[in-house]
Amino acid sequence: MEKKKLEELFESMYRIRRFEETMLEQTFKGKSMGVTHSSDGQEAGPVGICAHLTDKDWIGSTHRGHGHCIAKGLDTKKMMAEIFGKSTGQCKGKGGSMHIADFSKGMLGANAIVGASIPLAVGAALSSKYNGTEDDSVGVAFFGDGATGQGVLHESMNLASIWKLPVIFVCENNHYAEATPVEYAVSIEDISDRAAAYSMPGITADGMDVFDVYEVADEAINRARKGEGPTLIELKTFRYHGHFHADDPKKYRTPEEDEKWKDRDCLKIFEEKVISNKSMTLESIKKIKDLIDKEMLEAVEFAEKSPMPDISELYSDVYVKYKD
Amino acid sequence: MTFDYSQTFRGLAGLPNTDNVPGSEMRYRDAFNLTLRAELERDPSVFVMGEDIAGGAGRFEKDGEVSYEEKKGFKPLDAWGGPFAATKGLIQDFGSERIKDTPISEAGVLGAAIGAALTGTRPVVDLMYFDFVTVAYDQLLSNAAKSRYMFGGQTKVPLTMFARSGAGTGHAAQHSESFYSMLVHIPGLKVVVPSDPLSVKGLLSASIRDDDPVFLVNDKKLINLSGFVPDAEVVFELGKGRYLRRGTDVTLIGMAYTSEICRKVAEKLEDSGVSCEVIDMLSLSPLDEDIILESVSKTNKVVIVDEDTPMCSMASEISSIIADKGFDFLDAPIKKVNSPHTPVPYNRDLEFSFMPSEERVIKAIQEIVEY
Repeated sequence: MEKKKLEELFESMYRIRRFEETMLEQTFKGKSMGVTHSSDGQEAGPVGICAHLTDKDWIGSTHRGHGHCIAKGLDTKKMMAEIFGKSTGQCKGKGGSMHIADFSKGMLGANAIVGASIPLAVGAALSSKYNGTEDDSVGVAFFGDGATGQGVLHESMNLASIWKLPVIFVCENNHYAEATPVEYAVSIEDISDRAAAYSMPGITADGMDVFDVYEVADEAINRARKGEGPTLIELKTFRYHGHFHADDPKKYRTPEEDEKWKDRDCLKIFEEKVISNKSMTLESIKKIKDLIDKEMLEAVEFAEKSPMPDISELYSDVYVKYKD
Repeated sequence: MTFDYSQTFRGLAGLPNTDNVPGSEMRYRDAFNLTLRAELERDPSVFVMGEDIAGGAGRFEKDGEVSYEEKKGFKPLDAWGGPFAATKGLIQDFGSERIKDTPISEAGVLGAAIGAALTGTRPVVDLMYFDFVTVAYDQLLSNAAKSRYMFGGQTKVPLTMFARSGAGTGHAAQHSESFYSMLVHIPGLKVVVPSDPLSVKGLLSASIRDDDPVFLVNDKKLINLSGFVPDAEVVFELGKGRYLRRGTDVTLIGMAYTSEICRKVAEKLEDSGVSCEVIDMLSLSPLDEDIILESVSKTNKVVIVDEDTPMCSMASEISSIIADKGFDFLDAPIKKVNSPHTPVPYNRDLEFSFMPSEERVIKAIQEIVEY
C-alpha cells in the first residue's frame, strides 16, 4: 500500500477515535442536547470500507454513525455543531447525533431505527442500476449485529440478490445489541453465513484490522461495480464504551473481555505494523495525531461559538411545499 | 376548447361544463392506468414497483413460445397487470426495469423506493391493499416522511405510493381498511383521496410530480365508476377540495367514495326541499380548511361522512376545525357519519351496516335540518 493511502487510513481512524472521545467528554459536560452513541473501538470497519468509495457512492448508517460519517469525509466541525444542536450543524441542529447526513458526500443519514437504513442503501443501488451508473455508484449498508434480527435486513438482502444490485451489506458485529450478547440473540456463530440464504458471497473479516477490512471490501466493491451483485461482509469488532453515553457496559461485560479486544486495538495494531515494516515513521504518525487533536479543539470551539437555530426552524423542512 | 380544471375547485355550479371538451367517458381504473402511462412517458426518472404489477415476472412470450430469459421479439408477461388491472399493459411498453415486479416484502420494497427517491429517481410504489401499509409503516413514518426534516432540509423524497382501500367488496377485516388518519397524522407525508375518474387523473399526475412523499388512496368501490375525463393533461393542486354541488341548508363533506354517497344523497333530498352543498375533500393532507369554513359559514349545518372508524378519524379532525374556527357559524351540532369502532366484518349484511350509507347520511341530516 502506498504511503499516502496508509496515512489516509490512519488519519481517518484516529479522527474517529478522537472525535468520539471528544464528543463523549462534551456530552458529559452537558454540551450534547441528547443521547450519543460512541463507536470508538470500531474505527477500522468504516475506514477500511469507505477508503474504496467516492462521493458518488452512497452509505446508510446507524445510531452509532459518527465513524461512518467521518470515514465518508464529513466535516467534524459541522458534526460537532450538530451534536451541540447548533444552527451550523450538519442538519441545522434538527437531527442530532443519531441523524447526521450529508447528501453531497453520499451519506444517506444515520438512522435510529435499527435496520431501517439498510433498504435505503439498496434503493440507492437501485437508482444506480436504473441509471446505468453501477460502476461508479454503489450502495453500502452499515448495520450492527442487532439489526440481523430485523426482517427488513432479510428483505433487503433478497431484493439486492434477485435484482443483482451493487450493494455491500456491512455488519459490524460488536457483539452486543444494546446489552444483549450476540451469542444469545443470533442463532449462528458467523453472521456472514446468512449470505448463503440469499446466494451472495459472505465473508467475515477482522474488524480490528483495517488492512483486513480494506482487502475484503476491495473485492466486494469491485464485484458490485462490475455488476456482479451484492456481498455480505461481517466485521468482528467491539465498542469500547456502553450502548449510549450513560450506559455502563460493566453491567453486562467482563473486564477480561474488554481487555482482550483492547489488546487488539485498531490504532495500536496499525502503528505496530507500519513501524515494524517501516512503511510509516513515528514522526509522520505524530504529525497526523497533532493535526487531528487540533482539529478536535477547533470543532468544539466552532460548535460552542455557533448560534442556536431560530425558533422558526421548528416549522421549516417538513415538506418541499405544503400550503401556499 | 381546453379544459379548465380550476373550475373543479370552488365552481359555483359544482363540476365544470365539459361540453365540447375533447375527452371521453371512462372508468376510474382506466383513468388511473392512462395517467400512469402518461407520467411514465413524460419523465424517464419515474418507475413503478409492486407485487404483481405485471405478474408472471421473469417470463417472456412470443407467439405462444415461452422463454425465461429476455430475448429479441419476446414480450414480458403481463399476467395480472396489477391488482384490479391498475397497471395492465405497462410492462410491455415500458419494460421490466420501469415496471418492476417485487417479492412480497413491503418494508424492503418501500425502503428501497425511498432510497431510490433520495438518490435522484421518482418511484411509484403499489402497496396493493391499503391494509398492507402497516407492514411497511416504519419505512413510511421514519424514513419517507422524516428524512427531509431530520436532515435539515438537505434532501427531498419524491415518492408516490398507492393502495386500495375500503369495505363493501367482501374482502373482510384485513383487506378493507380506510385508516386515512393513520397517514394524515404523519408530518412530512401528503395524502390524497380521488373520488372519480377525473380526480384520479388530476391527483395521480400531481402526486408523481410532487417533490414530497404522497400517498394516493384508491377506494375499491370507485374502481369501476365511470365519468368524463378530458384528453388534455390535468394536474390538480394538492390541498384543494372542490364543490360537487352547491346548496344552502346543510354542508355534506365527503372523501373518496363517501363523496359519491354525499352527491347521491343531495340529489335524493332535492325533491323533499332540503338543499345540500357537497364538498369533496380530494386531499386530506394538506387539508383545505378554507372550503370547509366557507361552506359552513353559509349553511350553518354540517355532516361529515368518513368510512374510517370514528375515533381520531378525519371526521373528528374536520369537526374540531369547525368547532374551533367556525363555532359562530353553527346552528346545530356537527354530525359525523363514520364506520363503527369495529374491524370490517365479512358477512355482506354486516359489512353494509358497517359502512356509511345513504340512509345513515339522510338520518344525520334529518337530525339537524330542523334544529
